[in-house]
Amino acid sequence: MSTLGRAVRAGAGRHRVQTVVITMVVLIAVTSAVLGGSLLVASRAPFDRAFGQQQGAHLTAQFGPAATVAQLTSSAGAAGISAAAGPFPTTQVSTLGPGGRPRPPMTVVGRSAPDGPVDQVTLTAGRWATAPGELVLAEDSRFRGPPVKIGTVWTVADPPGSPAVTVVGIARSVSRTADAWVTPEQVTAWTGERGPAGYQMLYRLTVADTAAQVEAARAAIAATVPAGALTGAVSWLVTRQDAVGQAALLVPFLIAFGVLGVVMAVLIIGNVIAGAVSTGTRRIGILKALGFTPAQVVRAYLGQALMPAVAGAVLGVVAGNLLTVPVLAQTNRLYGTSDNGVTLWVDALVAGGALVVVTLTAWAAAARAGRLRSVDAIAVGRTPRPGRGQWASRLTGRIPVPRPMSLGLAHPFARPLRSGGIVAAIAFGTAAVTFAVGLATSLSLIQEAEDLADVQVVPRMEAPGPGAGGPGREPMPNGPGPLTDPAGVVAAITAQAGTGGYVGQARTEVTVAGITGSLTTVALTGTDGARYYRMVSGSWLTGPGQIVVSTPFLTAAGKEVGDTVVLTDHGTDLTARIVGEVFNTDDKGMQILTDLATLRPAEPGLSPEIFLVSVRPGTDAATYASGLETALRSLGAAAVPVEHGTDELVLIIDTLTALLSVMLVVVAGLGVLNVVVLDTRERVHDLGVHKALGMTPRQTTTMVISSVLVTGLIGGAIGAAVGVALQRAVLGAMGGSAGFTLPASIVDVYSPTELLLFGLGGLVIAVGGALLPAGWAAGTRTVTALRTE
Amino acid sequence: MTAPLIELRDVTRRYDDGPPALRELSLTVRPGESVAILGPSGSGKSTLLNLIAGLDRPSTGTVTVDGVAVDKLGEAASARYRRARIGLVFQFFNLLDDLTVADNVMLPAQLAGMARAAAQRRATELLTVLGVDRHAAAYPGRLSGGERQRVAVARALMNRPALLLADEPTGALDTAAGVEVQRLLTELHADGQTIVLVTHDLALAENCATRTVQLRDGRVAADTTAPVR
Repeated sequence: MSTLGRAVRAGAGRHRVQTVVITMVVLIAVTSAVLGGSLLVASRAPFDRAFGQQQGAHLTAQFGPAATVAQLTSSAGAAGISAAAGPFPTTQVSTLGPGGRPRPPMTVVGRSAPDGPVDQVTLTAGRWATAPGELVLAEDSRFRGPPVKIGTVWTVADPPGSPAVTVVGIARSVSRTADAWVTPEQVTAWTGERGPAGYQMLYRLTVADTAAQVEAARAAIAATVPAGALTGAVSWLVTRQDAVGQAALLVPFLIAFGVLGVVMAVLIIGNVIAGAVSTGTRRIGILKALGFTPAQVVRAYLGQALMPAVAGAVLGVVAGNLLTVPVLAQTNRLYGTSDNGVTLWVDALVAGGALVVVTLTAWAAAARAGRLRSVDAIAVGRTPRPGRGQWASRLTGRIPVPRPMSLGLAHPFARPLRSGGIVAAIAFGTAAVTFAVGLATSLSLIQEAEDLADVQVVPRMEAPGPGAGGPGREPMPNGPGPLTDPAGVVAAITAQAGTGGYVGQARTEVTVAGITGSLTTVALTGTDGARYYRMVSGSWLTGPGQIVVSTPFLTAAGKEVGDTVVLTDHGTDLTARIVGEVFNTDDKGMQILTDLATLRPAEPGLSPEIFLVSVRPGTDAATYASGLETALRSLGAAAVPVEHGTDELVLIIDTLTALLSVMLVVVAGLGVLNVVVLDTRERVHDLGVHKALGMTPRQTTTMVISSVLVTGLIGGAIGAAVGVALQRAVLGAMGGSAGFTLPASIVDVYSPTELLLFGLGGLVIAVGGALLPAGWAAGTRTVTALRTE
Repeated sequence: MTAPLIELRDVTRRYDDGPPALRELSLTVRPGESVAILGPSGSGKSTLLNLIAGLDRPSTGTVTVDGVAVDKLGEAASARYRRARIGLVFQFFNLLDDLTVADNVMLPAQLAGMARAAAQRRATELLTVLGVDRHAAAYPGRLSGGERQRVAVARALMNRPALLLADEPTGALDTAAGVEVQRLLTELHADGQTIVLVTHDLALAENCATRTVQLRDGRVAADTTAPVR
């Protein structure tokens, strides 16, 4: 081994703590960055990737019986079509739930295989249906009950004889072409002599980037079949908008975390290496005195920093990929994709980037030492310069606390720059946790905003419609029509024990002066509509003639809360005042909420098609729904409990939050550890003096721990404030990019107690990082410490 | 005859594989004695002082000071023993640069739990007696060597120790300051303070000590009650 190599190895061995800290910090920074980067790449346009992998349908068309199978097959030759699948017979069926209650109707498609040129459905469990009596359920179907196990047997309500069907598989279609699939023969068996309700054709288009291109293809297809035969068509752009709206939440979250992690890694690595240089400068001076050239000194020091950094980077890449796999398993489930999470260019970029940061920082610090005259380098950095922090010692000496504590409290002021490094490390760690917890809470609240009802009351009879698949607030988006006896339903709901509140919803379309196209208006009736929406500003509806809208509506209409708009409903102009702004993402935020009575002059027959019911605290929603069901049966309505399962996206965010927060806190703790080790080493002689004068090991521990209390408190306070600011900024950016103003109830998620705890979290990081060197200081033998130069 | 304040029996101290620093050394010091430990470098003087101070432990043998089996003490008990019974004066003073003179002197008392006000009174009293009270608010870096050693002595006496241990107390001082410290130690001994000092300085031993112990290769080569002339 060369002299330089021996110097490098000896240096690394001599500073074992710093070597370990550099290894660990680089390991954690690289792990975090690989995880964040891989997920960022994996989550970038996840719908598009899943759509590509599954050869998703650009156009899902529903045809009535007027079109023949031959005509539908030949429609694949229409202009702009690159591939087609079908025709698949379709029907609408309801299965019976517990107590014989019918579940919401499902669009069932008869397909003999999951693959094909278009919409290659991904089986996530079980197998495909190969015989009558077998059914494959879509994971995102309108069935919103508890998870269905393979082998579950359901009774189909509609066909005569109530036939049974067994769930043999669970599958995902990114195009959302069905709620369930069976064999074509099964559809025929269920529909009998009247034949299938229609046929589904799936098309891939040569160009489908815009709505106009998709519409042109739809028109070309319609021209190949008899007029009116094409009863409905769903563009992939609509499906994507629905899916990406949810996935988009993950991207700013990861970007924010990635930026936080990278900045913190740079800070900590810089801090660690600068600290290592500080203690190594004297050794470098000795090497120079022995004949090392400045360039050799720089190379020796770079090697000393790079050796553990390379080890940390390699281990970090491995750990990052190992962690990415299980997290991506969840996103794969969410989007039906099959990524393994290993992205080589991300690995190379992150590892290379980390090593570049280490190299640059170490080079800058070593170059400084290289320029020093040997005699100065030998003398540098051994003790605090006289005068530094003496005022603090004088001040803390007067604080009525045990002397070891007051001695420790003064330490940070002797090395203000180094203490600034600790404060920054702690602040970043605290900010990361505060930000992560706040953002995750807010995102959970946004998700919950779609799931606030406990029970839904819907009509018992349903009408089939094309493209009805996909979950949403309403179990039947294309609607089976209004409830036949809404007054009776209201009476049943109010009479039912355990009712907390309810609201009835009727949908209609209106136009608003100044906004192109019609807007969905939800007319509400009931006692507590406000319960189901989160207000941004203004107030909730108090009577007819008022509307509540979202930010995109206000932006598009150029209106503010308090302004008046004219709604045109079936040719009748209705004047309404905007009394409140609400957070409502339905219909891209262009939905209008109003009292049912507002629209009565234009639509006297408008009545609710669904009721959302909240139960009182302590009331079991399923039991309540079962009881209400009995009362509703004679009214042609059904009560369906709403499952409040944790959203998968929220689960992913929670997992990442926990993982990244722990990593950043550990990095912050390591930063503190490194600085306290440096500080303790430099003070080891003073430590010996203290011990010789009678300082016990416990008092020594108290002194060292106390030396990080002030920095911990300051770092914690700054970190908590930065975390809150970051959470607000990121949420604001997320809402702003989507065109929404988020309500205070979603943004203001921190209670004063939580903020205090986050602030004190800085103290925990500081003390956690100082424990090891404190133990080392306490255990150092007095004689050894006194002999140290 | 009064019971010995210090009693070492068959003490041996080995470091790693090297020759023992002390070899089966036995020594007693009675209260009120002022003992100078003399000997060439490597004879075991500092090791002996460290064992008495509880800073180090013998490999074999026993060390008893003021009735305390020092060789049996753990780290915490050893620290409590030092602050209650021992005053330490070092060659290079070992004052803490970031504390004022007064704070340095008060430190042993405060570590023992004495209230600040009481410690301040005692420190003022000692600094006055030792003639450095005007520097109470100054930092050690601004004091001369002799003044610093006086402050160190004041700190050593803060808890009224039964035994004052001084390791080359004049080793880092010029002649004038050395004489000054020598006079101070003599006065302390005259007031009844038991002192054990390790020194190369024969003049210091001659003027301060009532007894000299010569060490050679870790053994007592000579033990005389008459001062070295």
